[in-house]
Parts: sequence; C-alpha cells; structure tokens
Amino acid sequence: MREALNLERRKALKAGAGFGLLSALLSVGLISPQQARAAVNKGAFDAKTLDETYKALGVSAPAVSDQVVINASDIAENGAVVPIGIKSNLPNTQMVALLVERNPNPLSASYNLTEAAVPEVTMRVKMGQTSNVIALVKADGKFYTATKEIKITLGGCGG
Amino acid sequence: MSMNRREFLQVLAVAAAGGMALDSPQVLAARGGGRDPYTVPKFGNVSFLHFTDCHAQLLPIWFREPSVNIGIADALGKPPHLVGEKLLKQFGVRPNTPEAYAFSCLDFEKAAVRYGRVGGFAHLATLVKKLRADRPQALLLDGGDTWQGSATSLWTNGQDMVDACKLLGVNIMAPHWEFTLGAERVKQIVDKDFAGNIEFVAQNVKTADFGDPVFKPYVIREQNGVLVAVIGQAFPYTPIANPRYMVPEWTFGIQDDGMQQAVDEARSKGAKVVVVLSHNGMDVDIKMASRVRGIDAILGGHTHDGVPQPVVVNNAGGKTLVTNAGSNGKFLGVLDFSVKDGKVSDFRYTLLPVFSNLLPADRDMQALIDKVRAPYAGKLAEKLAVCEGTLFRRGNFNGSWDQLICDALMDVRGAEIAFSPGFRWGTSLLPGEAITRDDVMSQTAITYPETTLTEMTGEQIKTVLEDVCDNLFNPDPYYQQGGDMVRVGGLQYTCDPNARMGGRITDMRLDGKPLDASRKYKVAGWAPVSEDARKQGGPLIWDVVEQYLKAHPALKAPRINQPKLVGMQGNPGLL
Repeated sequence: MREALNLERRKALKAGAGFGLLSALLSVGLISPQQARAAVNKGAFDAKTLDETYKALGVSAPAVSDQVVINASDIAENGAVVPIGIKSNLPNTQMVALLVERNPNPLSASYNLTEAAVPEVTMRVKMGQTSNVIALVKADGKFYTATKEIKITLGGCGG
Repeated sequence: MSMNRREFLQVLAVAAAGGMALDSPQVLAARGGGRDPYTVPKFGNVSFLHFTDCHAQLLPIWFREPSVNIGIADALGKPPHLVGEKLLKQFGVRPNTPEAYAFSCLDFEKAAVRYGRVGGFAHLATLVKKLRADRPQALLLDGGDTWQGSATSLWTNGQDMVDACKLLGVNIMAPHWEFTLGAERVKQIVDKDFAGNIEFVAQNVKTADFGDPVFKPYVIREQNGVLVAVIGQAFPYTPIANPRYMVPEWTFGIQDDGMQQAVDEARSKGAKVVVVLSHNGMDVDIKMASRVRGIDAILGGHTHDGVPQPVVVNNAGGKTLVTNAGSNGKFLGVLDFSVKDGKVSDFRYTLLPVFSNLLPADRDMQALIDKVRAPYAGKLAEKLAVCEGTLFRRGNFNGSWDQLICDALMDVRGAEIAFSPGFRWGTSLLPGEAITRDDVMSQTAITYPETTLTEMTGEQIKTVLEDVCDNLFNPDPYYQQGGDMVRVGGLQYTCDPNARMGGRITDMRLDGKPLDASRKYKVAGWAPVSEDARKQGGPLIWDVVEQYLKAHPALKAPRINQPKLVGMQGNPGLL
C-alpha cells in the first residue's frame, strides 16, 4: 500500500513538473535566502561563534532538554548536504533553530512557528568539518537545546 | 592431539579408501573431539544457519585470524576484541586443536599444514545439507559481502556468486559490497535473479529524495508453525566507505528508529521470533542491541570477527544475542531457538569452522564452481612470484599482504609514501607458496581499482591518518566504520588509540626524519572513493602489483611497517 502511494506521489510530481506546477511552486521562494535572513535577524546569522549567536538571538543559559530531538546521521554521507531534522515535544514551541558549532557562521536556519504548526522541521546544511550541531528551541518564552556530534570524514577504507 | 600433516593425510586416505564418510570415527578422533563435530544436536523448533562476508571465495582458502584487534573504552577486553590465547581462554577453546586454528592466529603456519584449508562453497554446501537434514525448517541467511572479493566475481559482475548462492539455498541476504557493483546491477539481481529465490532485505536503505524504502525492510516466514521475522540491516556507511557515486540516489545510516519500527511492525504481524541479519559490524550491533527492544538475535558480519559464542546484551525489552560469523566462508553459524507459548525460551549457538578436508565437496556446487572458473583457468593459475613469508591482511595495522602492496605502489609509482585501504577481506598464503594472479585478485578485486599519485603536505598526511584512525578507535561505535587502519608504506608513526581525534598520530617520520608539516610528499594509493580521483585514470592496482611481483619473482618476507603503539600494554586485543 505504502509503495503504491509513493508511486502515485512520484507520478503526481512528474506530472506536476510537466505542467509547470513545480516551477510555480518554486516561484514561491522569490526572495533570496540573504533577503530572508536580513529580514529575520541579520546579526544572528552573521555571528561567528556560538556565544555571539546566542547573544544576537537574546538567548542566555538555555536548558538542555530531552524533549528536543535531533534526527541526523552520526557520520554524514556528504558534508555538502547533511540532512538534519529537529523535533520539539515542548508545548507552545515558538521557534526552532539550528546551529553548527564549527561552521564559519554557526546559525544555519531559524524557523518562527505559529501555534498551528507541528514543531518539526527538516533541512539540509553544509558542514566543512566534524562538529556539534545544536537544536535551539524557544517554547513558552524559554530557550532549550539538544546537541549531537556529526562527523565529516574523508571516507574510504571500509571493511 | 598432535599429528603432522602426513599422518593427517594418511587418516584421510584410509577413510577415503575404506569408503567411509569423512565423519567416520577415525577421522573424528583425528579432529580431537571424539564426536562428529558437524552433528549439532537438534534443539528447539526454530533455526537459522548463517554465513557472512564470504567475499566471493568459492574455493577453500587459508585465512589467518588477526593478532591485533584492539578494543578501547567500553570494548576493552571484551569480544570481539580478544586475540590469541585470550580469545581461546574466553571461549574455552583448547590450544593446539582444529578449533584453535580456526578461531585464532596461534601457530598459524604449522596448524594450517596440519588441518588444511578452510571454507569453499562446495564444502559449505555439504555442511548446509547435513544440517538441513536435521532442521528442514531452517532458514539460511547470508550477511552480505558476497558478490565481491575474487577475480571471477569481478569478471562476471557478481554472477558467479549469485548463481552459487541460489544453488546453496540461501533464503535471505543483507548487503554491503554488493553496492559497489552499482545501483542498477543490484536492482537487476534482486528483481530478476533473486525473484522467487532469495530475499534481499535492508531496512536502512532509503531514497535520498523522499526517504522511501528501496528494498524490503524484513520478511516473515513460518517455521514449525511459528512466525519468524528476519530484518535486514545494510552496512550503514556504504556511501562513505565506498564510492557514493555508485549509489547516488540512495541514503543509508544506522537508523535505530527505523529498526525499532520494523521490529514492532513484525511483532504486530504475529512474529514470535525477530532476528536482524546485520552488516553493521559487531561493535555497532552490540550498541544497537542495547537501544532497540524486541530483537531476539542480531546475526552480524562486516567486522569479520569469528566469535564462538554470542554476546548477550540487556535492553529495555529484555535480552538480545549478538553474534559475528567471521569471513571468507570459513564459518557457518547455527542458531536454534526453543519457542514456547509465543516466546523464545532458550537457545543454542554453534559457530562451525568449515574444514575443507573434513567435508567432502558437494558435487553440484563443485561442478558450478568448475564451470565458472573454466574460461579463466589459465589466467587465474599463472604464477607471478614466490614469497618466503606468510602473506596475510587481517589486523588493525599493516599485514604482510598490504605491506607488499604498499611496497609495490612505492616502487612502481615512484612514491615516497604509500597508502593501502584497511580492508578486512583478502585471504592468506603460506610461506613458499606461489602467488598466482588469482591470489592477487583476492586482495584487490574491486570496481574502483585505480591507483593514485598525489602530492600531499605533511599536515595533509596527518589529517588522513587521524581521520581513518578515528573511524577505527572512536570510543562510540556509531562513529566507527568497521574497517582497519589505513596501511602505510614508507612512513613510520606512533599511534595512541585512547587519545581523541587529532591527537592519536604523533612522531611521523620518513627515513628517520620528522615529517615536515608544510613540505609536499609524493603519496601513492588506490581505491579512491571520489569520482574525480578515479577519472584521472591511474594504472590499476592489480597491474601495479603484478608488475612488482614479476620484477621480484623470489620475494623475501615483507618487513611489516607497524606503528609504535602507546597505552596498549596488556590490551587483550594484542598478541
């Protein structure tokens, strides 16, 4: 059943692309990421360290919470596109952000969520080297984090 | 017991001349136990037969187990990180027995002559048939790394092994090196050759776009009225350890959540026994067993550990057995479960070494093997050189085979330093045996065989060594990749496995002089995982080795370049 559904979804997407639906969907992203960032919080995205980023976001001493879950591979298959998911189980989650500690600018993404949104986001980020990634969540006015190390390796030499 | 090769052969000859089956009392007495080692008492009502990582070795081979298999952090001193006498003692294996020869590297050369070659699909087939006579319900599981590792598997694009596994009666398999034949070829075999014969399962392979499953995550079969589920786990780091461009649309990973989901789903469909056929590697399997609930056993491979008894792991759902069944067709695992009132109540496990002298070749399988090899017979048998020393690969650091390959790379490609991947496959040769082209291919037969010649700074060399070393010695198994340390020619170094990444490799020297971080060195290697390196089209590794062997037809034992180890005194993973 699931396979059948997937097949339908693929067909629909292919058909959609054929009729220009996909390009119409893409056009929703008319503003560039830079413009979007500028609108959100330029200072935070330009920050070069974790501390600077927290400062720019107005975060101080966030609590570690097991209610914030990072879903990502322990070793990245490709450092250029690392899929990372963040889920918050905290009530009244207002914001979810991803910080990559050892990237030149740690803040990779920040999502402001309405009450109607399920607090679960997925993104693909570029990572230059092995680093901790930090999920930062704002819920009920307070900040919470979860941390996971993602390894970027040269590859080769498998058993 | 003590018996020299001549006496051993005499016993066999007497047995054969008398028309006795090889499990006759005389021969069995010669094996030391006094009972038929291949009669595993019947037990329970659900059975699995398991082999793994045969690496396409259709014929009996020599295989020296490692003398270095270091465990650190939580793995220190625990199976599978035991070698030599420590391993024998842990599992109650008596020294100087055929079992000690099978499970350890002790007295390898002498024991090899005494007890003969191991493995071989025709001999394995005889063993499978014998066990199935007592356990007609048993499922035969192949843990993968089956379509790669020999000349004929490479030259037939895996077809020889596909046909051999069908004839052997494999029911279910899980993959790793299979993917290095490319996604299209894998799909072709699974959809056509395997259809109706062998199930190919992998819960952790998904499409990179939507995360849809590429293969069946598990299958459910019935044994004596009991539903049993077998979940597949592919090697999680395939696109990292092997070229990603060969499976560009698929994504892997360990995926504990996906595993838990598969277990729960299988249980909800009525499975009373759930086993995982895994290519994680044993350390990863042990960690996974502690995190996922409801698995009765993980039948593992990848790390090529011949572990005589399962490790029992506690988790929130109960207990999970974790096994590892060695490599190269050398072992067959037999796991019997007693299932009562819808639950596993007890088990028996035996890891049987496949002694080719004690198991007559199965006629049909031998005929298939002969047919597969016939078109290449002359090419395979060509003698390239003779080496005075034992040639082996397995171990955390350089073995003599890889030393020879590094020597060849430096010599033929004109490099100061050579790197050879820390593969765990590859068979052994005894001192004075001719090295044939078949043997060279058993060390090098891969689908990305180009050699490379690169200028690297001392700093870059250190980065490479640190990176690979962390894949071996990261204290968290989920960050390990299950290979051994990159083999290094020319360069001496000191290694501290307990240090953190960046601090394990020190005192790197070339010809006694410290390596200069900013100077460039000529470094030769092979098996590049990047497509760019491949496109440069360097000479192929087997041609490089062959050229070297032909120029050195009488080789002395290679001088093995081992790193100086720090903090490893008394580690039971070291001889």
